[in-house]
Order: sequence, then structure tokens, then C-alpha cells
Amino acid sequence: MTVGLSHYLVISAILFSLGLFAILTRKNAIMVLMGIELVLNSANLNFVAFSRFGRMNLEGHIATIFVIILAAAEAAIALAIILNIYHNYFSVNVDEIDKLKE
Amino acid sequence: MSTENLLKYSIVVLLLPILSFVINIFFGKKLKRASGVIGTSILMLSLVISIIIAFTKLSVYSGAKIIQTSAEWVNFGNVPGIGPLSIVVGIGIDNLSAIMLVVVTLISALVHLFSTEYMSGDPKYTRYFAYLGFFTFSMLGIVLTNNFFLMYVFWELVGISSYLLIGFWYEKRSASNAAKKAFLVNRVGDLGFWLGILILFVSYKSFSFDVIFENIKSGNLPFNSGFYLTLAGILVFCGAIGKSAQFPLHVWLPDAMEGPTPVSALIHAATMVAAGVYLVARVFVMFTADALTFIAYIGAITAFVAATIAITQNDIKKVLAYSTVSQLGYMIMALGVGAYTSGFFHLVTHAWFKAALFLGSGSVIHAMHHALHKAGDHHTDPQDIRNMGGLRKTMPITFITFLMCTLAISGVPFTSGFMSKDGILAGTLAFAHLSGHWLIPIIGFTAAGMTAFYMFRLVIITFTGKPKTTFAENTHESKLVMTLPLIVLAILSFWFFYSVNPFDASKGWFANWIKPPQTVVPAQYQWNFLTTKVSEEVASIDQTMEVEATKTVLEEEIHHNHTTAMILSLSVAGLGILLAFVFYFWKKVDVDALTEKIKPIYNFSLNKWYIDELYQSTIVNGTTAFSRLLGWFDNTIIDGAINGVAAISKWFSFFSGKFDNVVIDGIVNLTAYGTGFIGLLFRKAQTGKVQTYLIIVLIGLVLLFYFVS
Repeated sequence: MTVGLSHYLVISAILFSLGLFAILTRKNAIMVLMGIELVLNSANLNFVAFSRFGRMNLEGHIATIFVIILAAAEAAIALAIILNIYHNYFSVNVDEIDKLKE
Repeated sequence: MSTENLLKYSIVVLLLPILSFVINIFFGKKLKRASGVIGTSILMLSLVISIIIAFTKLSVYSGAKIIQTSAEWVNFGNVPGIGPLSIVVGIGIDNLSAIMLVVVTLISALVHLFSTEYMSGDPKYTRYFAYLGFFTFSMLGIVLTNNFFLMYVFWELVGISSYLLIGFWYEKRSASNAAKKAFLVNRVGDLGFWLGILILFVSYKSFSFDVIFENIKSGNLPFNSGFYLTLAGILVFCGAIGKSAQFPLHVWLPDAMEGPTPVSALIHAATMVAAGVYLVARVFVMFTADALTFIAYIGAITAFVAATIAITQNDIKKVLAYSTVSQLGYMIMALGVGAYTSGFFHLVTHAWFKAALFLGSGSVIHAMHHALHKAGDHHTDPQDIRNMGGLRKTMPITFITFLMCTLAISGVPFTSGFMSKDGILAGTLAFAHLSGHWLIPIIGFTAAGMTAFYMFRLVIITFTGKPKTTFAENTHESKLVMTLPLIVLAILSFWFFYSVNPFDASKGWFANWIKPPQTVVPAQYQWNFLTTKVSEEVASIDQTMEVEATKTVLEEEIHHNHTTAMILSLSVAGLGILLAFVFYFWKKVDVDALTEKIKPIYNFSLNKWYIDELYQSTIVNGTTAFSRLLGWFDNTIIDGAINGVAAISKWFSFFSGKFDNVVIDGIVNLTAYGTGFIGLLFRKAQTGKVQTYLIIVLIGLVLLFYFVS
């Protein structure tokens, strides 16, 4: 059995769903962040897969590297934000952070 | 010096006193004592420039009639129904204003100097000097202007600055009342002045003296009638009646004594009262025969009334005040009879000796005040001559200068006053000869005799005999800054400044500088002796140099009457002086018994002819009664109408308010409640939790995909 494009896409879809699930269900902000990383990586996998099997060639790789850099920057900023939230609320539980309502 | 520079310098002279005002008013708190020095030095500078200007005008430009410049101030454009209209303002220097500049600045400078000592210790010292500067500025403006418009502006500035100075000690009720009185009485005259100016402006579309005079000369009369020209002249003269304290508006001047004494010297010698005489001299050429007669009679009445009052006054300043009014009447009378040169000459000589007399009285009051202060007495009046006596020994300089000026005002030979008064009396005699108005010279000579009498009465009671109080004994001569102005002014009262011959000023250089101007009034409205010439040997040299060398019949007649007038005036002055000595020095006649005998006349004079009382009972009370009537009208009728309208409005608003509260508010509240209820329903969706929102987004996305595909 040869590994084709569809396999990659299936893996990617599973990964995306897992990430989405983590984002929606986890109460810990860090967990939510990790879910986001999963979603991003599922997108990366898609880019690379299309680069190999589709017509994207090198552009897919470049997009992936961009996303990785973006993810790193996002993680840095998001962690800083979470740290600040913790300072203010003494919690990283996203359910408790509902000031937006007011 | 070019004519341009001459005008520039005169503007500098005009602006220097206002500089003093600005410095003292804005930096007075910091300057304190220095403000007097600053004010004095600025005025000294102004004086020096004035002397240069006068010297240049009288020597270099002696031929030029007037050096002037004008500028358009407001241009109204082409006014419908009238034509092009603009207001042109400007300044001009002729012999009259050049001499007047020196008079004003010299007296102002000396008054400044005098005041540095006299006012020392006054808490409002700096403001005093600021006001003095302002006053001088206003007066210089009147002197320099060459049109009615600026004349009126500065005229009013003099009014307001005199108000400030007369009411300088406004804590005293009498002072603030005197200031108000001076201001309001002047306003009466100024109204006439302004109406006169308006008649001329409406007729000639110009305020400029030159334009107006040229128009009259060419036979273009206001409303084409000589009556209106006479009316305009008399109305303009009303301004002089107010400012120069002529009967019936003279009442403000004696009250103005409430101001500081140096201020009285300034007001009564060089500024304000001189402004009226100066105005008459300035527009002399446009007065018709009727207007001149009116002016002459007003002057004569003033001279007589004031002299009779001055005889019985006991306040040193009041005597001098009424003497000022009387002398101003003299000047006005002189101008009225056409003795133009003598009238203005008397203005100048009177300025010197009256300033000296006032400053001298200031010196006396200052000394008395100090003596009283030392003794701790605050009830004795330091101005009452009955408390003085014997001051000759304690205040020798003041006495000698005061005596010198008294001789001058009484018309004793070898003084300036003799020459000017003599010229005026000769003028009145000549006028009476030519026109038949004999009342005027009779009043003139009577007033001259009375002047000599009351002035010597003042000197004898104040300075000679034994001191009547211990305070008078303890007086001391004033400091040099106070006596120096007295000495300068007393020296100026000698004859040799004006003419070599002490008995005839008409050949002197002063008479040479101030020539009667050619009248511009058409012959049928003017005295023929003012228009017809005696000889015409010298014609005008060229266009710019208008030398009027020809003499009018009046001047010729004055010349003929000169000796008669001199003998008569000498005898009345001598008689007056002799009577004063008999009454008060040798005490040959019991004065008290005499006054008892003529009690009604004495009281009539002492109470100033009851003129103040008359005005009080008629004009003042009439005005108050009328105001009360108007007040009643306002309170009952106008207020009643307003209250009625208010009641109706209130009733209407009550219903309007009810409608608002129930109907309009109901609708508004209903809307609000409805909105609130809907908001309550949708509020649930807003959890504030990010994940809830995300789920909704996800569901939305899925539905979107479902429906799109």
C-alpha cells in the first residue's frame, strides 16, 4: 500500500479535530494554547502534503516555515498574556476569566 | 528743523505724558517714590521739546500761518444721499498752539515737581502722577489738533481726567461729589459743543478747521443762513462755557477745589479752563457779530459775578477759585469784543500767576497742615484764612512770590497782568465806542477793581499782621522743590518776557506773535469794524506766507483808547488795593460792623448768589422728581404688564407641564422599558466565556458549509 495524499489529509484532519476539541473543552488556558498549536501543525502538515503531492512545490515549505515562526511568536506573546492574566486573577481557568460580559 | 520734524516732535511732546501715565499705572507698585521723579523728568523733557518747537515756529517759520498734517481716519465711502464721507484727523502747529504747548508743559512740569513734595506720604502717590500725566496728555491733544473731531475727543479726555483728579481723595464724600458735579456740569456744555460741531459737519462734511473756515469764507453758510452760523458759533462756545467755567455753568469750578492743591493749579492755570478760552481763540474767525456779542456778555457777567463772590470767601482756595472764574470771564470777554491778542495774552500771563498763586496756597496749606498735624488738631481748617495771618515771617519765599503774583493779577504796572488786563480793558472800551455796548467796559473796570481788592484782602489777611492761631505761628517754609516752581512762575510774571515797554504790550514780541486772525464770516453778519481795514500798505508776501499786516478799525480804536484804559484801570486797581489796605491792614473801618450793615448783600455774595441752591431746587430736584415719576411708571405700569404676562405664562406652563409629564414621558418610558425587556432576553447569550463563543462560531461555520454546499 502506498502512502498518498489522502493519508496525510486524514492525519491532518484528525490532528485539527483534536486541536479544536482541546480549544473548546480544556479549561486551562495553557491547554487551549496547546490546542491552537495542534491546529497550526495540522495546517502545516497540509501545506507540506500539498507541496509533495500537489502543485504547490516550494511555496508550501515556505508557508510552513512562516507558520512555525508565527506559532513561536504567538506562543511567546500568548504565554506572556496568560502570565499577566494569572497575576490579575490568580487563575488560568478560561471560564473564570469572563470580564468581557460586563 | 524741517516742518516735518516739527510735527514729529510735537507728537513726541503729546505722547510723553501718556508714557508717564503708562509707566506709573502699570509699574507704580514697584516704583513707589520713584514715580514722582519719573513723571517730573518726563514732563521736563516734554517741556524742553515744547520750547524747541515754539522757538522754531516763532523764529524760523514765523511767516507760516500753520504747519499741519492730516490723515484719513475713517472712510465711509460713498454714503447714499450724502456723497463721499470720511473723517480726517490731524495736528497743526501755529503760533497759538506753539505758545500754548510751552504754557501747558511748563506748568504741568512745575506742578509735577511741586507735587513730589506736596503729595509725599499719600498712599496713592503713583496713581496721582499717572493721572497728572493723563491730564497733561489730554490737554496737549486739544492744543495740537487741527480739527473739531480730535478736539472733541481730547475735550472729553480732559473731562474724564479732571474727574479722576478732582475726585482723587474719593474717600471724602465731598471730593467724590465735586468730581461728579464737575463731570456732569461739563457734560451740559459739551452737549452744546457737540451739536455745534454737528451743524458744521452736516453742512460741510468735514471736521477740519481749515475746510470749515474756507467754506464759510466762500459764502457757503450752514443751511444757507447766517442764523445757523451764529447758532453753530454759540453752541461751540457752549463747550467753552462748560470747560472754562463761565456763567451759568461756573458752579463746578469752586467745588473742584476738593482735589489736591497742585491739581487745582494745573486745572485753573494751564489745562481744562484754559481749554475753553483756547477753543474760542482757535475758532475765533467763524464767530458772527451776534455770537461775539453773546460771548462778550457771558464773559462780562462771569467776570462780575465771580468777582463779587470772591470778595467774601474765607477759604484761601475758594478765593482763588472765584478769582479764576472771574479772570476766565475776562479772557472770554476779551475774545468776545475782538481783542483777540489781549485775550490770549491774558490766558498766558494768567496761567503763570494763577499757577503760582495756587501753588503758593498749596505751600501755605501744606505748612498749616503740618503745624496742625504736629499739634494733633484735626478740626481746624488748614485752608481758612481766618486761621492764618503773619505767615510773611515764617514763609518768606512763599510770601514774596504770592505778593508778586497778586500784583500781577491786580494789574499793577511792571507786571505781565497789567499789560494783558490793560489790553483787554482797552479792547472793551474800543468795542463800546464802536458798537455802543457800554455795559461791557463798565463791568470790566468794576471787576478789575474788585479783583485788586479781594486779592489784597487775601494777601493781607493771610500773610501780614499777627498770627491768628498758634498753628500759623508754627508754620515753616516749604522745601525747595515746592518753592522753586513758585519762584519760576513769579519771575515769569514780570513784564520783560513779553514786551520791552512795560506800559504797552501791543508793540511787544508777544503781540507780534499772536495777531488777530482774519475773520471768515461774510461781511453782513460781522461787525464792520472787524472786517474793514485801516491801511493796506503791506500785502501778503507769497502764497504760503500770509502776513496780516493790515489793521482793522477795532485795532486802531484799541490803540486810541489805550491811554484812557490804562489810566482808568490803574485808578480802579489803585482804589481796590487802597480799600483793601484801609479795611484789613490799617483797619480804619470796622469790617464786621460794615458787613452787619449790608448783611443781605454780604450773605448774597457769601452764598455765591445762591446759584447752587437755585440749581439744587430747580434742576437737581426737578430731575429727581421726574425720575421718581418715571420710577413709579416703571413699577406700576410696565411691571404690571410684565407681571400679567408672567401670570398667563405660568398658567399655560402648568398645563403644558402636565401634558409633558403624563403623555410625553409615558411614551418615552414605555420605549425604555420595552428596550430593557428585549435586552434582558438577549443578555443570556453573552456569557463572557471565549469557548462558548468559539463553539457558536464553529456551529455557524458548519451550518454555513452545509447550506453553501
